[in-house]
Amino acid sequence: MSDAPPEYIDFAAYSRHVPTTIPAAVQQATGRFLDTRAARVAEMENWEALRQAASDLRLHTLTHLDVYLERLEQQVTAAGGRVYWARDAVEARAHVLGIARSSHARTVVKAKSMATEEIGLNHALEEAGIQPFETDLGEYIIQLAGTGPSHIIVPAVHLKKEEIAQLFREKLGLDAPADPVALTAVARTALRERFLAAEMGVSGANFLVAETGTLVLVTNEGNGRMCTTVPDVHVAVVGIDKVVPDWESLTVLLKLLARSATGQKLSTYTSFITGPRRSHGEGGPKELHLVLLDNGRSRILADEVARETLKCIRCGCCLNVCPVYKNVGGFAYGWFISGPIGAIFAPQMLGTRAGRELPYASTLCGACVDVCPVKIPITKILLHLRRRVAQGDRVAPPSAPWTTRVAARLARWSLATAWLYRLGARVMPVLEAPLARNGWIRWLPAPLNRWTRVRPMPAFKAGFRSWWASHTKGPTTP
Amino acid sequence: MQRRLQLFVTCLGEQFYPDVLQKMVAILERLGLSVEFPRGQTCCGQPLHNSGFQDQARAVARGFLRAFGSSDAAIVSPSGSCVDMVRHHFLELFPPGTPEHEQARGVAARTFELSEYLVRQLGITDVGARFPHKVAYHASCHYLRGLGLVTEAKQLLADVKDIELVPLPEEDTCCGFGGVFSVVYPEVSRAMMQAKVRNVIGTGAAAVVACDSGCLMNIAGGLRQAGSDVRAMHLIEVLASQGDAR
Repeated sequence: MSDAPPEYIDFAAYSRHVPTTIPAAVQQATGRFLDTRAARVAEMENWEALRQAASDLRLHTLTHLDVYLERLEQQVTAAGGRVYWARDAVEARAHVLGIARSSHARTVVKAKSMATEEIGLNHALEEAGIQPFETDLGEYIIQLAGTGPSHIIVPAVHLKKEEIAQLFREKLGLDAPADPVALTAVARTALRERFLAAEMGVSGANFLVAETGTLVLVTNEGNGRMCTTVPDVHVAVVGIDKVVPDWESLTVLLKLLARSATGQKLSTYTSFITGPRRSHGEGGPKELHLVLLDNGRSRILADEVARETLKCIRCGCCLNVCPVYKNVGGFAYGWFISGPIGAIFAPQMLGTRAGRELPYASTLCGACVDVCPVKIPITKILLHLRRRVAQGDRVAPPSAPWTTRVAARLARWSLATAWLYRLGARVMPVLEAPLARNGWIRWLPAPLNRWTRVRPMPAFKAGFRSWWASHTKGPTTP
Repeated sequence: MQRRLQLFVTCLGEQFYPDVLQKMVAILERLGLSVEFPRGQTCCGQPLHNSGFQDQARAVARGFLRAFGSSDAAIVSPSGSCVDMVRHHFLELFPPGTPEHEQARGVAARTFELSEYLVRQLGITDVGARFPHKVAYHASCHYLRGLGLVTEAKQLLADVKDIELVPLPEEDTCCGFGGVFSVVYPEVSRAMMQAKVRNVIGTGAAAVVACDSGCLMNIAGGLRQAGSDVRAMHLIEVLASQGDAR
């Protein structure tokens, strides 16, 4: 995936060219996650109350973000860390590169981080002659494959173990069997040396606790802990939306995160990082740098409806449950965050000119809304963004093609004009007569073929009004 | 006094399923209800609203208010998603302060999906139907999640004589219709529809039943495409059956 933000996300084209292996792999993995999630949710008596509390506290934090970010900065600084503010990806990359240069870093080990995907950090590091090594197994795999992530928490979910073994053979020259344990061992051996050699570790954070200036990292492989403790310098790149007021709020979100994501009660490792090491005897890095990334978030915050997008805690559950995502995989969404949350996030971050298709890449079925641990009204925001695309709003002018807008006018005209509607109902069965057979139409000219090229259409047969007329006039009403 | 109600037949219902509408009238009249059909009705505006054309949808919705707004009778419809539109989205089209708001609130409060009306409003689950066949039930998205109707259709089906209800795997997974989605991304829609059709055929049922014309058009087309003789039926068709036809 290239690091420049995409100019246009062509969901129609991307979703048409999905290899058949991807839905199969995705459905297998997401099905497993959903099953275990359901079991965890069933154990929790107060699940719905917890979701509501999480939603409330996320919204509260977002509406008082200035206060909590300032508190966070004070506390991180007081703990010996350094805070940087990045308005956009360019500034964020410059901060990280600056730190890397001053610490003479030649190699960097990275924990899984969506924020560094967002700013295209790996590419920037490589261009500066610094080698980034992804250490999360999934990220390690997609780095070898040269792609972006296709799922928020399982970046390589689109690959089967056989494909990963093949990738290891091609890229590493190793003959590993298609067995998860063996493949993990291969990666572990390769990564061990990287951890020891790297001058700098880069991570994101799942949460930032303002109260104490603590970075919270949730991982299952322990690589996050290695990245943030072994090298002398730790840089965390984190979106400003990740701040939580205090530890009490954090516990609510931690209870929801792992259960919603993988169906675990708690992830294997939950790391709390408050400042760098304080004395030589203590473990951990000498320096801790926190780059706080805006990159369009404060703009989203200004929109009252769409603001709730930022409540997201990146559990990926909306992807797991989405029938569209499960049939196209993550790459079809053309951005590092995919699925329902990507469909509302990308058009806001990239603008509706680039992302205008994504709000339509949903059937509005609402399955995501039912599972979202922080109750993001995803379908409501999808509709809000569709309005932005179709007719424009305070944020952006309309970006729908003129043909669509003309079609909408025609539809309004024929649906809002009662006589025209009734005339249409009489004319359609006549017009279609040459095409209909046994009550079905197998072929229609463009653009109506967008229905018939997938399935036949039932023939028009408006007859209710005339039946009603004779029914109400008739002498016998059964 | 005889209970009056107004039929909201929906545009898809009127254009494609007049036989279902006739059966709906028959069921309601058999229950002793006085049925009216406001002639000015066309569409609720949902296709435009869901495409983002709110202003155009508002014009269509005004037509709905003109057709239904002056009565105080219940408005009953054979489509979950259209009822969801009237109940929940009309208030977005006509927010407080707009001249139509009160009327919109009125129709929102008295518009019901048919099974919802029978079970929740009238307390009826047995309408005297007989359908000696194996049936699977598909829970349409807006019916299920929009209106929160989890058990209503199933309660009605359970009280049909000689029916055999079989569980449909992933019954609450979208069939891929999604209104405008079905023509904007037809290939993705097909993948979802085929998964639904596979699940339906796998049950061995003679019919799959749902409460939304859009889903039924999609699933019926998919079944036909697959060469299956399983029928996609509106709940109304089962409820109107006396055991004679499948």
